[in-house]
Amino acid sequence: MRLELRNISKRFVDFSLKNVSFSVEQGEYFILLGESGSGKSMVLETIAGLVVPDSGTILFDGRDITSEKIQKRKIGLVFQDHAVFPHLTVGENIAFSLHGTAIGKEAKHARVKNIANELGIGELLTRKPGSLSGGELQRVALGRTLIQQPGILLLDEPLSSLDTRLKNDLRRLLRAFHRKGQTILHVTHDYEEALSLGTRIAVIDNGTIVQTGTPSEVFNRPKSEFVAHFIGVKNFFAAKLVTKNQATFAYTCNNTAVRIVTDVPDGEGFILIRGEDIILSRIPVETSATNNFQGRVVEIVPNTGGMYVTIEAGIELHALITRESCEKLGLEPGKTCYVHFKATAVKFINK
Amino acid sequence: MIFLLLGSLVLLFILAPLAGMFLNTTPAQVFETAREAEVRDSIWLTLYTSLAGTLVFSVAAIPLAYLLARKKFPLKKLVTGIIDLPVVIPHSAAGIALLGFVSRESALGKMGSAVGLNFVGHPAGIAIAMAFVSIPYLINAARDGFAGVPVRLEKAALTLGASSFRVFFTISLPLAWRNILSGLILMFARGMSEFGAVIVVAYHPMITPVLIYERFGAFGLKYARPVSVLFILISLALFVLLRWLAKEKNGEMVNG
Repeated sequence: MRLELRNISKRFVDFSLKNVSFSVEQGEYFILLGESGSGKSMVLETIAGLVVPDSGTILFDGRDITSEKIQKRKIGLVFQDHAVFPHLTVGENIAFSLHGTAIGKEAKHARVKNIANELGIGELLTRKPGSLSGGELQRVALGRTLIQQPGILLLDEPLSSLDTRLKNDLRRLLRAFHRKGQTILHVTHDYEEALSLGTRIAVIDNGTIVQTGTPSEVFNRPKSEFVAHFIGVKNFFAAKLVTKNQATFAYTCNNTAVRIVTDVPDGEGFILIRGEDIILSRIPVETSATNNFQGRVVEIVPNTGGMYVTIEAGIELHALITRESCEKLGLEPGKTCYVHFKATAVKFINK
Repeated sequence: MIFLLLGSLVLLFILAPLAGMFLNTTPAQVFETAREAEVRDSIWLTLYTSLAGTLVFSVAAIPLAYLLARKKFPLKKLVTGIIDLPVVIPHSAAGIALLGFVSRESALGKMGSAVGLNFVGHPAGIAIAMAFVSIPYLINAARDGFAGVPVRLEKAALTLGASSFRVFFTISLPLAWRNILSGLILMFARGMSEFGAVIVVAYHPMITPVLIYERFGAFGLKYARPVSVLFILISLALFVLLRWLAKEKNGEMVNG
């Protein structure tokens, strides 16, 4: 069930999609990352068939579905703010797509019950949506779509209206469905969500795909100013979280240990450190920061916010400091310097 | 304060004539009138012709309201204007226009004659006249109802494999039902109270508004009052009941 978009273009009154091309392989968790208004929801609606492109081709499972009827695409779409039918019960919502199929009443009921249990809403089947929480509604929307066993699941900002705890619950749920083999195309404006869930990421800006790649490729080597600015974090490393003697360390791929404070359980993920949170010094000084590395200045790049100083210290770190500080410390490429940052300045995003 | 005063004056303006009429009529007179076969027949005729007109025309009016709420098409403003036309033209003139439209010489009249139906002076003609003047109320209410249904929900239903037909009947219609029902009630009420258009198309059989007019013309104010009071009471009772039923049903839909 491979999905491929080839040069999809569509003009709207005040916005257009321009030559959007990317492909989602079977079993992938593909993230389409972009700001609001970048056209990412439009891309989903085009794939689902709600919007007909002016030009370009959509291939799904080897077939050209560009002008296929919506109902025949076998593509599931979960809308932003869920779009659960308010006048039907949870059970009726989930069973909606089973109408007119040859499945018997008993079997239908069993399937609804099954998927509802899997999503943790098995007790809510007779309730009306009006009495449900945001997280529950999002699960109903998911169940309603997943029961069709779609070849690909399209998610439009599924977590944006939820609080942090519910977000984590739902992320876990999405990962579980992905692990079971569900191909997913997920649209979001949140890079943490992209890192946490995506196996591959495409960045969309103003109706155009500006970069496609693995999370590491996109975050470490942003191809355009927009991507770099949008993502906004210069220090990004794949890392493994390990807790020893009540101290948590994140080990990067070259085994540099970074002390970290987090309530996320041990496991694989990414660490992020904002350039603004890194302190530089020329001599080893005693600070309250628990992460102190010796390194060498590789590069100094002026930036609107000051100077980006790149330091090789086992891992390549980028510090954002003022021009003034840079001159005072007399930093130059090749010189030795010390890097300090607090354990709380390190953010861990689990996979 | 001055607004309150002005507002009270308007209320008084509406209620005073009605109250005056009620006070000038004894319950005994109303009961007496209610026992007359002519009066009972006319009330029954008024109710069922208006109901039939409302139901028959709603079959086409509700889909039209959906199109108006959802689709963009050329001359949409003109179409909207045409729909409001029956509200603004004098109803006797509407009756004259309709008479030409349904008379034996017209195409519709000939079709009717072929199956032995003459619209002029027939309940079917009355229902058409009532529907003509009251249909804008249904279309406008239903259009507002459909416009209030989030397009997202219809799109979601489409992606869940539903045909456009099924989307309309399982999503759009139930969610707009509150407005549609109130439109139906309004159309029914407006049809029942129609006089001008009906009297031109069908003086006989007599609907109650025509009967009231005839009694007034033939016997005077005193004789027209009891039947007026009776008709108003029945109308009021009916609408209170319909509103209540509508509210019950909707309350169930939202909370149940």
